[in-house]
Amino acid sequence: MSEKNVVADQRVDRAQFALAAVLAVVGIYTIIDARGLNVGFGDPIGPRVFPYVIGTAMVVLAVLLAVATARGDVPEAEEGEDVDLTSPPDWLTVAKLVGILVLNILLVNLVGWAITGGLLFAGCAWALGSRTLVRDLLVGFVLSVASWYFFYVGLGVPLSPGILDGIL
Amino acid sequence: MDTLNLLLDGFASAFTLENLLYAAIGVLLGTFVGVLPGIGPAMALALLLPVTYGLDATQALIMFAGIYYGGMYGGSTTSILLNTPGESASVMTAIEGNKMAKKGRAAQALATAAIGSFIAGTIGTLLVAFFTPSIASWAVEIGAPSYFAIMLLSMVLVSSVLGASKLRGFIALAIGLTIGLVGLDASTAQARLTGGYLELADGIDIVVVAVGVFAIGEALWTAAHLRRRPIDVIPVGRPFMGRDDWRRSWAPWLRGTAFGFPFGALPAGGAETPTFLSYITERKLAARRGSADEFGEGAIEGVAGPEAANNASAAGMFVPLLALGLPVTATASILLAAMQKYGIVPGPTLMTDQPDLIWTLLASLLIGNTLLLVINLPLAPLWARLLRIPRPQLYAGILFFACLGAYSVGQSSFDLLLLLLFGGLGFATRRFGIPVLPLILGVILGPLMEVKMREALDLSNGDVSGLFNEPLAIFVYVLVVLAIVVPLLLARFRPSPLLDQHVQREDQEVS
Repeated sequence: MSEKNVVADQRVDRAQFALAAVLAVVGIYTIIDARGLNVGFGDPIGPRVFPYVIGTAMVVLAVLLAVATARGDVPEAEEGEDVDLTSPPDWLTVAKLVGILVLNILLVNLVGWAITGGLLFAGCAWALGSRTLVRDLLVGFVLSVASWYFFYVGLGVPLSPGILDGIL
Repeated sequence: MDTLNLLLDGFASAFTLENLLYAAIGVLLGTFVGVLPGIGPAMALALLLPVTYGLDATQALIMFAGIYYGGMYGGSTTSILLNTPGESASVMTAIEGNKMAKKGRAAQALATAAIGSFIAGTIGTLLVAFFTPSIASWAVEIGAPSYFAIMLLSMVLVSSVLGASKLRGFIALAIGLTIGLVGLDASTAQARLTGGYLELADGIDIVVVAVGVFAIGEALWTAAHLRRRPIDVIPVGRPFMGRDDWRRSWAPWLRGTAFGFPFGALPAGGAETPTFLSYITERKLAARRGSADEFGEGAIEGVAGPEAANNASAAGMFVPLLALGLPVTATASILLAAMQKYGIVPGPTLMTDQPDLIWTLLASLLIGNTLLLVINLPLAPLWARLLRIPRPQLYAGILFFACLGAYSVGQSSFDLLLLLLFGGLGFATRRFGIPVLPLILGVILGPLMEVKMREALDLSNGDVSGLFNEPLAIFVYVLVVLAIVVPLLLARFRPSPLLDQHVQREDQEVS
């Protein structure tokens, strides 16, 4: 809960410096972006002030975070029902999931939700360690086709049919 | 008895077969999603938002009410039957609830949680109905400077009071405010922070932000740290309580409600503080009766009190939301976003502009609460089985529905890209212990705050005094300063706050 209790046995959390750097860049970009805005005639405030304040605050917070990190401040990572923080992070699984999500982004308008949605479900289940691929594919396609019809018929929202245009 | 009549009118319009059906669907969907591990009420609402797109405003609100209470109830089921609570509001419930479940009293724990939630929710909603109109009629008078100050107070409280690290709270807030900046400036129509992308001109949809940070972030974070050994789920029969359980529960329910409602209604009250206070109170009272040793071993009072406090604060949250347009929890932020989608502008004028809608909403909250009890008590064993869903399929499902929700907003793959980016942000917030609530609040309140600030400064022709020229505003600024300074002073005199210490000890006991 409080940072002090965990300081004793900790090294400096390097990744937090990276976070501070990213925050600082975002803050500076916000300020630069706001400089390019025009203030209209007779508008005493204009669209610049608010981003200036936020950008500056962000830079200040980034500096504070960097200082705190150098002093040995470590974050308290979030726990959860299925989260086991004692093991090292499993980056391979995360990379697989991100890859599948990116694939879905690239294909969804081309092939259609009814197909990519099914692949998305089965792919994610596979990446997370499921070994019942056929069953996952079946469940995935039932989910995606059903959701397509639910949105089309029930809500009047046409999700992209893709190559199944005319069949669905 | 004006309020009562209006509320009865609300019931009249909510009580059609169709509307009841929507309320029931909402309760079922909300509980279903809320029970799933890793999904709290806010995420449940965000994920289920697209389901209501085809409905008109009234029906959508009725369904939200059902989803909202369903999600809350689902969350407490999870924390009683599993060892690790998913959300901070359920931490206190889990301490005694899980112990009860382990001793074979899961049915009684679930029953006292459900009935306590029902009673607290009903009393809370009635209080909302009686308080909101008077606060709203007073709030109409609030000028832009005071409004700005109140929003600032709410943000400062949420960022600094809740959560373990103030620095991280303010970082979350700044990230949220920056996200809120993206899009065309409201009064001059110039693009800010869009990087030239036309898709960003309308700003970033709060649904995409919320689903990304909550759902995708949670799934990625869990994927990186997935518990490989199977988790213990305690089987449960149909919830019921014996005469003794009733005798021991009713007073904690009422005390919990009394703690929860005011905290929920205050900006940044949240559910953590009242559930904690309720737990401590029940334990002290038990000690006075000489039965303190049962606490920590599964005392029913320790479930009844905090659970009631949790739900009462969830109801109290509607007071600032409806009367001031001020969301004070992540769930309220999503509700606010949902209302904006239907062109409803929450705030002081809402009560006068669309009274029918509000009274229907309040009536459907009461209906949803009742349905929850009627539908869910018999269904509890079924919900408990959901906890056994294999984790790969569970998180694949969360990712599937998250993508579906974001994609259905505008049928554009750009939204899916944004979703993934916010998923990355959600992962980072979990990795670095950055709280999510200030972030979401920043996204939704930021633009509103800018409007009020410019309104106030326009009137004073750009002079800073325009922000301070109302007594109420000055009073609120004093509160803001106190909110920042007092905790710092307290920290000096008492190195580690009581709450933290206590929670930490309980955490260790639980895990």
